Amino acid sequence: MPKIVRTRVEFEGEVRERMAVVVEDQVLPWSAREKLDIVGRPHPRVGGRQIVTGGATYTADVQIPGMLHCKIRRSPLPHAEVLSIDTAEAQTLFGVRGVLTHANAPRIRWFGNSFLFDRFVRFEGDEVAAVAADSEEIAEDALDLIHVRYRELPFVVDPEQAMKPDAPRVHKEGNVIGGPEGDVYERGNLEEGFARSNHVFSERYETQAAVHNCLEPHCCVAMWNGDELVLWTSTQHAYGVRDGVAAALGLPLHKVRVICEFMGAGFGSKQGAGKHEVIAALLAKMTERPVRLYPSRREENLAGGVRHPTIQYLRAGVRRDGKLMALHLRSIANVGAYGTDSSEVGGPVRELYDCANVRTEQFAVYTNAGPAAAFRAPGYVEGMFALESMMDQIAYSLSMDPLQLRLVNYARKDPVRGATYSSKPLDEAYRTGAKMAGWNLRAKAQQMGARRRGLGMASQIWGGGGGPPAYAIIRLNSDGTADLVTGTQDIGTGTKTVLVQIAAEELGLKAEDIRITVGDTLAGPYAPVSAGSMTVPSMGPAVRAAAKSAREELLSLASALMQVSAASLSIRNGIITSTTPSKTVAVSDVTRRIGDFMIVGKGARGPNPPNVKVRTFGAQFAEVEVDVETGDVTVTRVVAVHDFGRIINPLTSGSQIEGGIVQGIGFALMEERFVDPESGTSLNANLEAYKIPTILDIPIIEHALIDRPDESCNSIGSKGAGEPPIIPTAAAIANAVYDAAGVRVRSLPITREKILVEIGKLKLQPKPAGEAPGPAQKRRRPRRG
Amino acid sequence: MKDTVRSGVLAQRRRRGPGKLQLRLNVNGETYEVMVEPRRTLLDVLRDDLGLTGAKKVCDRGQCGACTVLLQGVPVYSCLKLAIECEGKPVETVEGLMSNGRLHPLQQAFIDHDAFQCGFCTPGILMSLKALFDRNDSPTEDEVRQAVEGNLCRCGAYSKVLQAALSVARANEQE
Repeated sequence: MPKIVRTRVEFEGEVRERMAVVVEDQVLPWSAREKLDIVGRPHPRVGGRQIVTGGATYTADVQIPGMLHCKIRRSPLPHAEVLSIDTAEAQTLFGVRGVLTHANAPRIRWFGNSFLFDRFVRFEGDEVAAVAADSEEIAEDALDLIHVRYRELPFVVDPEQAMKPDAPRVHKEGNVIGGPEGDVYERGNLEEGFARSNHVFSERYETQAAVHNCLEPHCCVAMWNGDELVLWTSTQHAYGVRDGVAAALGLPLHKVRVICEFMGAGFGSKQGAGKHEVIAALLAKMTERPVRLYPSRREENLAGGVRHPTIQYLRAGVRRDGKLMALHLRSIANVGAYGTDSSEVGGPVRELYDCANVRTEQFAVYTNAGPAAAFRAPGYVEGMFALESMMDQIAYSLSMDPLQLRLVNYARKDPVRGATYSSKPLDEAYRTGAKMAGWNLRAKAQQMGARRRGLGMASQIWGGGGGPPAYAIIRLNSDGTADLVTGTQDIGTGTKTVLVQIAAEELGLKAEDIRITVGDTLAGPYAPVSAGSMTVPSMGPAVRAAAKSAREELLSLASALMQVSAASLSIRNGIITSTTPSKTVAVSDVTRRIGDFMIVGKGARGPNPPNVKVRTFGAQFAEVEVDVETGDVTVTRVVAVHDFGRIINPLTSGSQIEGGIVQGIGFALMEERFVDPESGTSLNANLEAYKIPTILDIPIIEHALIDRPDESCNSIGSKGAGEPPIIPTAAAIANAVYDAAGVRVRSLPITREKILVEIGKLKLQPKPAGEAPGPAQKRRRPRRG
Repeated sequence: MKDTVRSGVLAQRRRRGPGKLQLRLNVNGETYEVMVEPRRTLLDVLRDDLGLTGAKKVCDRGQCGACTVLLQGVPVYSCLKLAIECEGKPVETVEGLMSNGRLHPLQQAFIDHDAFQCGFCTPGILMSLKALFDRNDSPTEDEVRQAVEGNLCRCGAYSKVLQAALSVARANEQE
């Protein structure tokens, strides 16, 4: 029976205690010794055949007869008041079926105090008008025929400028979210800690705006069936979109159905309802036609979200023996015009090391840049770069082995709450990784002409424990096959595959006899957002509980039919076996005999264990070659060792590790959105000038998994794997660059230019005094689009 | 926006371009007749007019490779080809990779090696590799890398793409 409890829920580094209705998990965890047939073994992806044949239907591929195409007119200016919008000419264009602006759209609140179509535009890319037409080409033509008059306003794109009292205000409430003190955490006595330190290190770090650039854009198709809205959308949270769109349109929840079967990735940028879904729904209503909205890559780069760029001032006090005595971080995250402040940049400083005196001050600041959004381990990737760069610097200054320094400061308990960890094999990850990477041999640095080889390492800590609420349903068909029905979504991580493996294991069926439904709010019960590395640890136990319930009902019917006690029955590979007397019968025989009576198993995720901290851990070692003549950095090898508890599928978890490292290499060396401070507009909103790694940039990646069930965290013993692998990569590469070339670049990405400046081979022209970027400057006028 | 009808004549609405033309395309061995505007790309015709949605639209300007198809056996970015340029030239898409209900060895290798995550780039990568393997059935690692260097995979499945392709190359070598 459900009951109401207080439970601690952790999401992307933020911990909140809240009341929750939970169903106690009646399923005992699989023990480490239990022999499992399907879980823990490589299993090819469910849906893989559709993907390789082009038959997978992504939101991008949904086509409905009579469907119109929507395009959005966006602001070319970083900050302006919209004085007038003239759509008359656009409306006369052949094939235009509907135009939406603030004049005819309902006043729907968005981003707090702003509106779906606001009188003010706050970044280059803000929505101004939308057109639905017979084809995408006609819709684009129509955008050119909409005439908008703007009154330009002062703007600010630099977060430190934006914090000043006289800075242009992005929102009237002020630019610093939550007020001028920021978000403060403190333990111990910072000043005492620094006073008792033998050495104090103080550095400024910078991380850049990285664009998610999911290959499938934030696209959707909206269709009305009478007063019911059907919305196909590329999302990480079907239920979240349902709730958000229903609220925006004033619809009851049962009038909105959200579908997302195959999904072209999200990386954090597609966590809930977006303006695009509401705009498509409104245009579909207006035109009485299905409407597809498919943003261009430029729009995706302008408005689809970026990792919060940060500036971090980090101070560390250490004793002669390397013991951390004090850590002080002041971080500033640029959230852009509307981004959320969900970036826990101080997370690593607070919880990675055993340090008694810690203070973090996190600031989240609005600017007139494109909005930030959670991006794979938000905050921790950025914070880890600063912290682990500094740890490396401390180690070299104290002539200590960087790995030894980490062990000196190893936290046995959670330093924030003093709680014990459900498991913490980080020391094992260090040891295994060091062995694989040849860490102890690294002193013999190799030189090949101008190319210097170096090795660096960094640690990883992250949540990933998941939690309730999450549900699943399993129905057995009369031929012995089963339908696993969920409301979760597979954003490309392998969710479908892993959940089918868990269901098959518990139910005793073959994996191919189970079909899984994901991404349909009409079909499956509530499922959480696929973010925060929580899908498997949340949905996995729910699926297992549903399978157990179905199995018990099946065995009770089988025992009656076989005339043996249910306790003597077990199922494996679709065969029910009785020990006494020794009999076997196929599951399909039982289901056939019960006819169309349908066994329906229902399962819910139980609560998290009280007073225990669930965390994922890992370590990465990067080997690089730096050309000290050109500044070129090549990552030649990355060794990764991670702990996600029990591994359900080594094939897909390995893919998560490799993918995280590849994105981490992009973040470390090449990716950066440029917003021109003079015009406030983006300079590289495309996939040519914005560099993401290609197959030519990929090093040898070796990974090892600490595949040990975390039996206290949930009934499958697994933690999340999605985000951890990207967390240490940039820091490990930066430390390897230091090992190779003796220069420490504290600003990402580590470009050739920055390396040559540090080496002293390149001098940058200082900017003439008084040429501070900003609105006072006469600036290049962006082309009116 | 309703068009008004006055004395039996539709009110004139503005139109850009010459309107639609009739076009004959050969895709995966089948001939199709479509009515498209001359400015329409091969990619849009494949996806929106023929319903062959395997090739994906990501950048629409030749920067990502997700729309890669073969035109006369050569891999091209179908977003950079106008459909009218392709009349009379055989086009191959990922939908045509299977033969007699059997997966192409590259497709099977992609499944076996988990050479994709979200899968949005996969049809383009497969077609780039198909062109390579049609020319050279046991390419080296460098040749594989060069063949797919124009295909972006944001999930970072590259290592496994390489492994999958090389496994097919090795199997071909042994034959």
